[in-house]
Amino acid sequence: MDKNRKVHQFKNPVLNWIEFRLPIVSYFKKEYGDYPMPKNCNYFWSFGALATITLVTMIVSGIFLAMNYTPHTDMAFDSVERIMRDVNYGWLMRYIHSNGAAFFFIIVYIHIVRAMYFGSYKYPRELNWILGVFIFLLMMATSFLGYTLPWGQMSYWGATVITNLFSAIPFIGEGLKTWLLGDYNVGNATLNRFFALHYVLPFVIFGVVGLHVAAVHVHGSNNPDGIDIKTNNDSVNFFPYMLIKDTVAMCAFGVAISAVIFFGPNLMAEVDNYIPADPLVTPAHIVPNWYLAPFYAILRAVPDKLGGVLLMFGAIVILFVLPWLDRSKVRSCNYRPIYKWFMMGFFVNFFALGYVGMLPAEGLYLLIARVGLLYYFGFFFIITPFVGWIEKPSKLPLSISDVYAKNIAPNIGGGEKGIPSPAMQKDTNL
Amino acid sequence: MAKKPKNKRRDFLQLSTVTLGAVGTAAFIWPFLKSMSPAEDTLAAGSTEVDISAIEEGQSITIKWRGKPVFIKKRTKEEIDAAKMVQASDLRDPQDDADRVQKEEWLVLVGVCTHLGCVPLGQKVSDMKGEYDGWYCPCHGSHYDTSGRIRKGPAPKNLDVPPYTFLNDNTIKIG
Ligand code: HEM
Ligand code: FES
Repeated sequence: MDKNRKVHQFKNPVLNWIEFRLPIVSYFKKEYGDYPMPKNCNYFWSFGALATITLVTMIVSGIFLAMNYTPHTDMAFDSVERIMRDVNYGWLMRYIHSNGAAFFFIIVYIHIVRAMYFGSYKYPRELNWILGVFIFLLMMATSFLGYTLPWGQMSYWGATVITNLFSAIPFIGEGLKTWLLGDYNVGNATLNRFFALHYVLPFVIFGVVGLHVAAVHVHGSNNPDGIDIKTNNDSVNFFPYMLIKDTVAMCAFGVAISAVIFFGPNLMAEVDNYIPADPLVTPAHIVPNWYLAPFYAILRAVPDKLGGVLLMFGAIVILFVLPWLDRSKVRSCNYRPIYKWFMMGFFVNFFALGYVGMLPAEGLYLLIARVGLLYYFGFFFIITPFVGWIEKPSKLPLSISDVYAKNIAPNIGGGEKGIPSPAMQKDTNL
Repeated sequence: MAKKPKNKRRDFLQLSTVTLGAVGTAAFIWPFLKSMSPAEDTLAAGSTEVDISAIEEGQSITIKWRGKPVFIKKRTKEEIDAAKMVQASDLRDPQDDADRVQKEEWLVLVGVCTHLGCVPLGQKVSDMKGEYDGWYCPCHGSHYDTSGRIRKGPAPKNLDVPPYTFLNDNTIKIG
């Protein structure tokens, strides 16, 4: 052991006792106490914290659901109905869990939009971005598995359609599908393993989130201007400033999700899922959960089985390489006069894809899906590299404090040449 | 480049240890992966006997075989003719109608769309039957003809014909 190790000293003797044996106290102080946040971060930067809280909520509500849920094809549907009607507060657990999943995706989508618009995926945060895309993939898998559990019509047919995607793979596809299902079609073996995996994947997500956060903290958070922290003047400590700010965001989120849980718990649910699974009848419209709909739209836009499957998975995988497709050194789209509009177009396009993904794939909807598909991939392969090459970015501020120096009119701050007085800076820290 | 013999021996030992370790790990993982394949009782292929005496011409019934829907249809003269008229070479999954039936009027199909596994419509009189008057899959719009062959839409293959035998004129054994 290193005898020269310097042990942090705290006022509390219990903390000192722990710290001497496991330096976890100083770790938390460093990562969540003194951690410097760029002081110009807006509320977009609260969505990481919101996502973490939601993940914990999903795990807790899930564990309590699992205490009353039965993963058997004959009993699953009834056990969920029993949770809804007979188990004390079972309806609340279930509505928290099903709406929580939807809100989890809303939050994570906003989190990703933030990362894309402000260029957080660029050097030196590429690995952080990759871990994030990985979390997104795991979330999609988890929610797909969870959606199977209530064993309604949408559960059954959603599981059938999605697992059949694997059968598109040449040669090994059919075998792979059978192996995944444990049967020749979605059945009891499938439901059992889906439950086992649905239980464990959230904990895997939790682990990856840990790595994801640790990776951000190495180089620090990005910010709306996409420039680095240079001096202490550019940042505020996580505690108490960011903790308070995130708490405010959490309250707003709490109001929003409670409104849905208590006043419209089935707004985002599919009615067909309240019909027990029937292997002999497919519902007239199979719709995916809305948060997976953009990818489903891509699948259906292609009139070829293998091609559709490849493009659908490709649409997710391509996110991994975004940091290398974008050649521009400027992070924030606020300073990228051309790319900014293409970026916003990308968000609108994604939304449009999701919209048509929920509607029948015919006529105008199909056309929109196809145009959307072209823009989706065109954005990554053509627009992103090309714009980075030709665009002339606008002038970046010299530092984060400098941003405020510009925003605050000199006649208020009183400092010469528009540089705010130290007192002014203190105000802006709050 | 020439190494001393002593090093060679060490390299050999190292390599064989690593190899053995890798093989051992793979052998250990195999039963776990294999346990996810269909179990013996699932594999035990079931068969189903169906009484077809009550099926009228133009009518079709759905029965369950190995957890999947199976369509048994007594085709009309027009439907048989329509199926026979088609040139197999014009089809995505070329097959003559004669290769898909044992007795012309009886068409037996696994009612699972070869795209992503939905059950196509067309069993009920009121159902949509698609542009080729056979079956239509509502999930992503695949059209099948009166022989259950794929004619339009994303599905790559014709509807499967399950193994079946006529026990007598009124009974089919599927499986
Ligand atoms: C990443 C976190 C999670 C996500 C995104 C998620 C998602 C989902 C979704 C979408 C459903 C279907 C809800 C419905 O329509 O009824 C579901 C059901 C279920 N989940 Fe989770 N889940 C998560 C974590 C967990 C955990 C940790 C457990 C613990 C065992 C769990 C247990 C269950 C159970 C028992 C059901 C079936 C009851 C029901 O349908 O309400 N979930 N989950
Ligand atoms: S499952 Fe039938 S068309 Fe897709």
